[in-house]
Amino acid sequence: MMKIAIASGKGGTGKTFVATNLFHALYKNNYRTKLVDCDAEAPNSIAFFKTKLIKESDVTQLVPVIKTDNCTFCGQCHEYCNYNAIFILPPMKIIKVIEDLCHGCGACSVACKFGAISEKPVSLGKVASYSLKNKPLLLEAKMNIGVMSPVTVIKAAISQIDNQSDIVILDAPPGTSCPFIQTVASADFVILVTEPTPFGLSDLKQSVETLRKINKPTGVIINRAGLGNNQVREYLLREEIPLLLEIPFKKEIAASYSRGEIMSETDSFFAQQLLSVVENINEQYGNSNNKW
Amino acid sequence: MNNMEIAIISGKGGTGKSSISAAFATLNGEVLLADCDVDAANLYLLFNPSHEEEEVFIAGEKAFIDYSLCTNCGICVDYCRFGAISFINEKVSISEILCDGCRLCSRICPENAINMVPNDKSMMYSGSFRNGKMVYGRLSPGEENSGKLVNMVREKAKEIAKENNLETIILDGPPGIGCPVISTITGVDKVVIVTEPTISGLHDMQRTVEIVKKFSLPAFVIINKYDLNSDMSDQIEDWCRQNKITIAGRLPFNKQVVEAMVMGKSIIEFAPDNEISKNITIIWDKITKQKK
Repeated sequence: MMKIAIASGKGGTGKTFVATNLFHALYKNNYRTKLVDCDAEAPNSIAFFKTKLIKESDVTQLVPVIKTDNCTFCGQCHEYCNYNAIFILPPMKIIKVIEDLCHGCGACSVACKFGAISEKPVSLGKVASYSLKNKPLLLEAKMNIGVMSPVTVIKAAISQIDNQSDIVILDAPPGTSCPFIQTVASADFVILVTEPTPFGLSDLKQSVETLRKINKPTGVIINRAGLGNNQVREYLLREEIPLLLEIPFKKEIAASYSRGEIMSETDSFFAQQLLSVVENINEQYGNSNNKW
Repeated sequence: MNNMEIAIISGKGGTGKSSISAAFATLNGEVLLADCDVDAANLYLLFNPSHEEEEVFIAGEKAFIDYSLCTNCGICVDYCRFGAISFINEKVSISEILCDGCRLCSRICPENAINMVPNDKSMMYSGSFRNGKMVYGRLSPGEENSGKLVNMVREKAKEIAKENNLETIILDGPPGIGCPVISTITGVDKVVIVTEPTISGLHDMQRTVEIVKKFSLPAFVIINKYDLNSDMSDQIEDWCRQNKITIAGRLPFNKQVVEAMVMGKSIIEFAPDNEISKNITIIWDKITKQKK
């Protein structure tokens, strides 16, 4: 199995556009493939396909519950908590868990010597599995509104990928912080989608630096080529980063995408271009059975 | 003097948030412009602010093993809830990517062989730009985008605004709906949501509105590139009307916005007489003049 993450530092460069089209091109050409939407804060990939929800699992995290009868207000749990999620005022006999700040590490339970701390699960989001023509081919990570970090939900979605596919496409969250890292860490290859503008270049550089740090092979797709300037191409040449594909800027592409259409369905040339991108990557980087 | 803090957010990336923030920041009087998209800060590229002050931002810690003390007992492996510690080639090792920095392993290690090292590569900068003062943060790649850096940026912004008698604070927010977004909008006077007429744009705007409503903040929607799909733009407007969200205005797609960015200018500076610039002025008046 080969996992390819589609990512970009800057949002809105066409990550989901590339991910959904790639998946569709592979699917139509009888590849055993799967699409996993890891942009848990703003998942959108599934809406492009006629799918059926087949399974939904809740993703939870444990948070402490303090039994004040047993609590001596010694403050050890507060001391152990590295996230400031336990508020304590010993003279007033007040102790409270701030659930939003808790990361579920369990340190407070280890700290408490009086049996005053137990734990309960709280929901962070869902991983939904969808079928396309009766085959379970799509997974979606979706964080609950008001939850602070999508990382746990993303990890849960990635862990649900089974061995039934040869090429898995991961639609990654934007940026280069934790959620991005968690997604690309599990991939064999990362396709960075950028646009040829100063903002696009700046964010691309940051993504490339991050991926180099964790030794992930990467290539770039320039979307909306023709707009902006030539600096992204010059940068790729200078840094010897493979330019996998250029997708020209056309207002019709943007308009068709806005209607929820999959371009590679009607544009067989584009579908073929995407397939060759994947085949080249697969030849060079496939079957490494990548683990974290 | 009363500040007016206006946050510009979007849910979906790439809808034109930063370009619109830049336009707002160059409309008339001097402003305080704060880039709260600390994961992919871009506004400094347009405004090239002077570096008057910088501050290190500590974004949590990570655990490292001192192998001269480690006896390979493996106790820490069982305690870690993030799956970050495992035996690799029969040696205990910690994955920097998976470590959440909770410190529990360091606390329970019987040999005191685990040390915590602070993540101190993230920075906050402040200085002057051609239309006022600017504050921006840059999160070091791979770090948890906790929103704490956003809070730091906002506090600094308020401080500088006060010192310099700047009435208006413009906050260019991050994409998504997680912690850094919540940090950007908490306690602001107005929230502007920039969306685009695509399926993703509509979905993400709906999730963004939900988060804004949780904080009972007055919200305004701008439909950018509305002419890419007028039907979808109408659909977005209908949804906003039903949910009592004010539509601040519609902006057409225009290549000049990208050309302005390439020239390092806002659209207001680049093409003050363009229809878009005039529209942005009207939108700004609508947003700022509406009473709370």
